[in-house]
Amino acid sequence: VDDLRELYQQVILDHYKQPRNSGEIENANRHADGNNPLCGDKLHLTASVSDGKIEDIKFQASGCAISTASASLMSEAVKGKTVSEALALGEQFRGVVTGGTPELHDMGKLEVFAGVRDYPVRVKCAVLPWHTLRAALTQIEEEVTTE
Amino acid sequence: MNAVSLREQFPILRSGLAYLDSASSTQKPLRVIEREASFYKEQYANVHRGVYKLSQTATDAYEGVRRQTAAFINAKSEREIVFTKGTTEAINLVASTFGRQRVGAGDEVLITEMEHHSNIVPWQMLCEEKGAKLVVAAIDDDGVLLLDKFASLITAKTKLIAVSYASNVLGTINPIREIVQMANGIPVLVDAAQAVAHERVDVQALGCDFFAFSSHKMYGPTGVGVLHGKLEHLESMPPYQGGGDMIRTVSFEKTQYNEVPFKFEAGTPNIAGVVGFGEAISFTQEALRSSGENALTQLTIDKLKAIPGLQIIGNAEHRSPVVSFVMDGVHPHDIGTILDINGVAIRAGHHCAEPLMHRLNVPATARVSLGVYNDESDIDKLLKALHKVREVFG
Repeated sequence: VDDLRELYQQVILDHYKQPRNSGEIENANRHADGNNPLCGDKLHLTASVSDGKIEDIKFQASGCAISTASASLMSEAVKGKTVSEALALGEQFRGVVTGGTPELHDMGKLEVFAGVRDYPVRVKCAVLPWHTLRAALTQIEEEVTTE
Repeated sequence: MNAVSLREQFPILRSGLAYLDSASSTQKPLRVIEREASFYKEQYANVHRGVYKLSQTATDAYEGVRRQTAAFINAKSEREIVFTKGTTEAINLVASTFGRQRVGAGDEVLITEMEHHSNIVPWQMLCEEKGAKLVVAAIDDDGVLLLDKFASLITAKTKLIAVSYASNVLGTINPIREIVQMANGIPVLVDAAQAVAHERVDVQALGCDFFAFSSHKMYGPTGVGVLHGKLEHLESMPPYQGGGDMIRTVSFEKTQYNEVPFKFEAGTPNIAGVVGFGEAISFTQEALRSSGENALTQLTIDKLKAIPGLQIIGNAEHRSPVVSFVMDGVHPHDIGTILDINGVAIRAGHHCAEPLMHRLNVPATARVSLGVYNDESDIDKLLKALHKVREVFG
């Protein structure tokens, strides 16, 4: 049961049951869809970026507790950050959940996902929102059409 | 043999793991593991080639399993048995040989909503290539094939019908004999991957044209599958792959193909796997005589139904020991992880049946599936672990 609580921490359960920034931004200039075919996690992410800064971000998730909570906590963490800050945080997050980064570098609430590293099949769930965010933020053609 | 002694034959289960994912792949009894090992230690050589005695010994063992397989499913002749890598390859073999011969532009291939990807995608590829149409027969909300609708979809355009014997998600067992009668001469392929470990099979009684299954879902090694085809079809089909063993004579101008079934077995086959599979056939035949699978399936369903907020997906009357379910407010993947932490292995996901998940309006399901080694203690562990799920998720 300790293993269980290590993985499913209260913060994760809270963000799963009540995801923050849930929904879709109507005039978003960044968007991407994420899909984890193994378990059927699906994510639709929209964001408003101006002057290199993430002004707003929303997502619609249909997935497990880990992926939904990860999307919710990610949206809180990157809102107001610059694109490059968000991408760097994504790299750091990936390091933590895959076990590549042994120590946590003051990642705030995101640290609750450290327990995922003991469950290799669930790592994909935790990083899906971050993959989707990176796809949304780096899509060149979208930037070209941005007004 | 009772369930205890059956279970003791599976070394991997000594850890106490409640293994409830046999529909994905069954565990292997010691006798299968040892048969494959003893074959390598004492009888191994390539088959159909050597002039020496050992090669003949290996060939005898390999061909002996072909006869055994024919008897297992009551095929008319062992020449109707083609060894493949698995069910998937068997279906692909039919799609790319027989399918290409029979299906043309404007024709139709009929399947059902409950098919596994391996009985959808090969037909989809064939239809794309030929300009034919893949027609999908509907199921009802209990996961039972709507036979009247199915019958109405069989037309002059239908050139091939492909159905699963048992659904890997719903547990539904389809009435193959009735379907073959409805087909009225249109070739029927049966994906029997989920049936052979549970049902007694008689391909002559079923009357189907092709019958495909895998060794690894019936206590045998991975990498071995069987395609049974009516001899007249196999004779008229072109080869699937070219190479060694499938030829009679080769020149740079023209190759004469070997006779059936060797025409379809190019290259060195999974010889030791096939030999191990022979042992798995014997095991399955013996185990099923004493297995309490059906009673345990019913017990599992009854106990699951008593859990608040749990819904069973698939309520066919005639079913295999496969039970899918969903729980309010908990994603199947989280159920799977919490069960795993509590020593219970189940499958969670779309089970290689994404279109079926859409039809059922669920992103995924949790699935419990039984083998002859399971007993009530496994179901007790499952229930306890599901209570943990409720504790965590409320």
